[in-house]
Amino acid sequence: MSSKLCIGGIVEPGSTVINKTGSWRTFKPIYQKEKCIKCGICELSCPENCIIKTEDGYYEIDYDYCKGCGICSNECPRETIEMVLEEK
Amino acid sequence: MSKLTVVEGSYAVAHAAKVCRPDVIPAYPITPQTHIVEELSKFAANGEIGACEYITVESEFSAISALIGACAAGARTYSATTSQGLALMHEVLFNASGMRLPLVMTVANRAMSAPLSIWNDHQDSIAQRDTGWIQLYAEDPQEAADMTPQVYKICEDNKIMLPAMACFDGFILTHVYEPVVLLEQDLTDEFLPPFAPEHILDPSNPKTFGAFADPGVYSEFRYMQELGMSAALKKIETVADEFNEIYGRYYGGLIDGYYLDDAEIVLVAMGSVIGTIKDVLDELRAEGKKVGLLKIRSFRPFPTDAIRNAVKNAAIIVPLDKSISIGKYEGALCTEIKASLYNTKIDIPVLGYMFGHGGRDIPPERIKKIVSEAEKAIVNGITIESSYVDLREELL
Amino acid sequence: MNKTTELFAPGHRGCAGCCDALAAKFMLKAVGENCIVVTPTGCLEVFSTPFPESAWNVPWIHSLFENAAAVASGVEAALKALGRKNDTKIMAIGGDGATIDIGIRGLSGAFERGHDFTYVCVDNEAYMNTGVQRSGGTPFAATTTTTPAGKASFGNLRPKKNMPQIMLAHGSPYVATTSVAYPKDMMRKVKKATEVTGPTYVHVHAPCTTGWGFDGSKTIELGRLAVETALWPMMDIENGDITGVHKIRNKRPVEEYLKAQKRFKHLFSIPGGADIIKKIQELADWNADQYDL
Ligand SMILES: Cc1ncc(C[n+]2csc(CCOP(=O)(O)OP(=O)(O)O)c2C)c(N)n1
Ligand code: SF4
Ligand code: SF4
Ligand code: SF4
Ligand SMILES: [Mg+2]
Repeated sequence: MSSKLCIGGIVEPGSTVINKTGSWRTFKPIYQKEKCIKCGICELSCPENCIIKTEDGYYEIDYDYCKGCGICSNECPRETIEMVLEEK
Repeated sequence: MSKLTVVEGSYAVAHAAKVCRPDVIPAYPITPQTHIVEELSKFAANGEIGACEYITVESEFSAISALIGACAAGARTYSATTSQGLALMHEVLFNASGMRLPLVMTVANRAMSAPLSIWNDHQDSIAQRDTGWIQLYAEDPQEAADMTPQVYKICEDNKIMLPAMACFDGFILTHVYEPVVLLEQDLTDEFLPPFAPEHILDPSNPKTFGAFADPGVYSEFRYMQELGMSAALKKIETVADEFNEIYGRYYGGLIDGYYLDDAEIVLVAMGSVIGTIKDVLDELRAEGKKVGLLKIRSFRPFPTDAIRNAVKNAAIIVPLDKSISIGKYEGALCTEIKASLYNTKIDIPVLGYMFGHGGRDIPPERIKKIVSEAEKAIVNGITIESSYVDLREELL
Repeated sequence: MNKTTELFAPGHRGCAGCCDALAAKFMLKAVGENCIVVTPTGCLEVFSTPFPESAWNVPWIHSLFENAAAVASGVEAALKALGRKNDTKIMAIGGDGATIDIGIRGLSGAFERGHDFTYVCVDNEAYMNTGVQRSGGTPFAATTTTTPAGKASFGNLRPKKNMPQIMLAHGSPYVATTSVAYPKDMMRKVKKATEVTGPTYVHVHAPCTTGWGFDGSKTIELGRLAVETALWPMMDIENGDITGVHKIRNKRPVEEYLKAQKRFKHLFSIPGGADIIKKIQELADWNADQYDL
């Protein structure tokens, strides 16, 4: 980091987005659109806000930030999200 | 000519705080500060401080914490405390200066318990020396009142942005009735611009205050506080001059001198004892003794250069301290003056005295005796570097 | 760039499956951008604001561990004095340690004074940020790093301090208990709390994967179990009256909840463990009976 320090350590909002937490993942959630009933539970349950609604009302996963916690998969009522070992 | 009114020192200070137009005053009572916050609550209850929010907090810890929240939200803040209350704030004092919030507090200096003592000395604010607060010390109620707008102007400067304590001696100055000029609102408005910080808590421009720092940046933040203090060295002087221009009163900038120019013996002190010393010096000068006084107005930032310059021709320097570092057996002025002279070509003996702790009076005669002890030390050298004035050996 | 529109940004350093991150997300979702948040020291503060980054898209301030309520008082007073209060909501969001233990003096003072703000306690039932030490919110018989089980101890000897009742005793017009496992319930209650004028309190049960010892995918599942066993009753209390209670459809035995967590594992092996589980069941039954869950 080379930008000058702001007096008092004041920080810009939402700036953690520069930190791509996707690299933390061991298991990767795989979303199967065919099974999805668009209930939105996974979106609401993700602590990283990386289940994103697409224009057609379905979802996609933002792997830049997904830590692979598996909450989405655990909470999905239709077993739509499968956790698979991440291939690195 | 400004009108003189006979009021209590606390009233003069409360009135001065009022004309600075504070937005938020969280306050908690403690002797001998209590009259200040009581007077302010009366002003607030009568609608005399505009839309000011007066918060009756449940502790000094919350008083200073509320100051932090209020100041970060863009408010000009004021509070007052002393001794136990100031010590309770200790953790938060560091926090305020690190966040660069220009809080202003009056400290009505009082001794620290135990033993419990409500009387004056400087141990309370001296113990907060390293918290990153500007500390100025006033010698009488008028200076304490006048110091209030001065510290706002100093600490709200965007190069400084550090909190400040305006210290004045508990009881001796808080409770004395004296003729003072109550600060005029119009002059104060001319002297002190409104508080306009660059960063505030505001939903339309959401900033984060109080992030945590890793070892890669922590020292730099601390150094930036030091830069703020350095900027204050100059600002304290210019603000004293600006104050003089507008109100016609001057008490010195970082330091002040009394018979200092040709003094061989230089007494060094802060606070209300300055008045007593000045009277003694008038007498001693009449007797032809070359004694002078160095008044320390700014203890933080410590005016190292100004002090070196002021004492360089002295034969002996005699700091008089209302504090003690137990385990070093000397007061803060003594330690700091010695440290300021080291690594210079100035080699002047320093003879330290601790006096007035827990409210013990120091009579003018005793100051004269100190001067004669200093005269002897010039000739014979110093045997005891630092000692208590009139320790009651018979009780030990 | 990130694609979310949530006010609590990704990239924060919370553990995978973090309860506090969920709590922050739901709070901001419920209240929107016109708010100012105060957070005391603790997991949420540390993982969301490593300089020079911040997960907060709303104005946010951290001062110390024990003074969030007092800082919030100051913010509220400032906005009023400066004429900027309008509809801006002031929220403090603190851990169980910051709230129930070290910060209780300042919190009590702020509520007694009646500042218009909402205090949300995110109760993960221990001092997580410093490595899972006991707090006044740690439940009966749980092990923490300062209440380990041993030959002479079954873990934490005391039940949870009843913080919602303490806040209620301050005359707060709205006190609610909820859980990160029930996002809609939590969001409704937080929103309501910020809409009620005066000091309001929401106590959020927050299962912590790291501190309690369960897989990060089960954060919400564990929270649900706490509610379904009646160990964590969820309710609305308005002006002193219970006006809403989350009813349990299918009450579960406490064993189901306990055996899913490492912090209670010892109860299934130590001598007398069954008696302790029985006591925990009695606590749950008392809740179910008392609040008609
Ligand atoms: C005065 C003080 N004492 C102790 C600490 C160390 N400390 C920091 S966070 C913390 C525990 C936080 O616990 P809690 O409030 O429950 O939040 P959590 O991390 O569990 O979410 C402790 C003990 C501190 N920062 N300040
Ligand atoms: S695995 Fe966790 S982080 Fe990844 S999308 Fe699912 S809930 Fe979000
Ligand atoms: S929880 Fe499952 S069914 Fe519901 S929206 Fe997400 S993926 Fe689809
Ligand atoms: S320890 Fe618990 S509360 Fe802390 S970041 Fe991890 S999951 Fe969140
Ligand atoms: Mg906790």
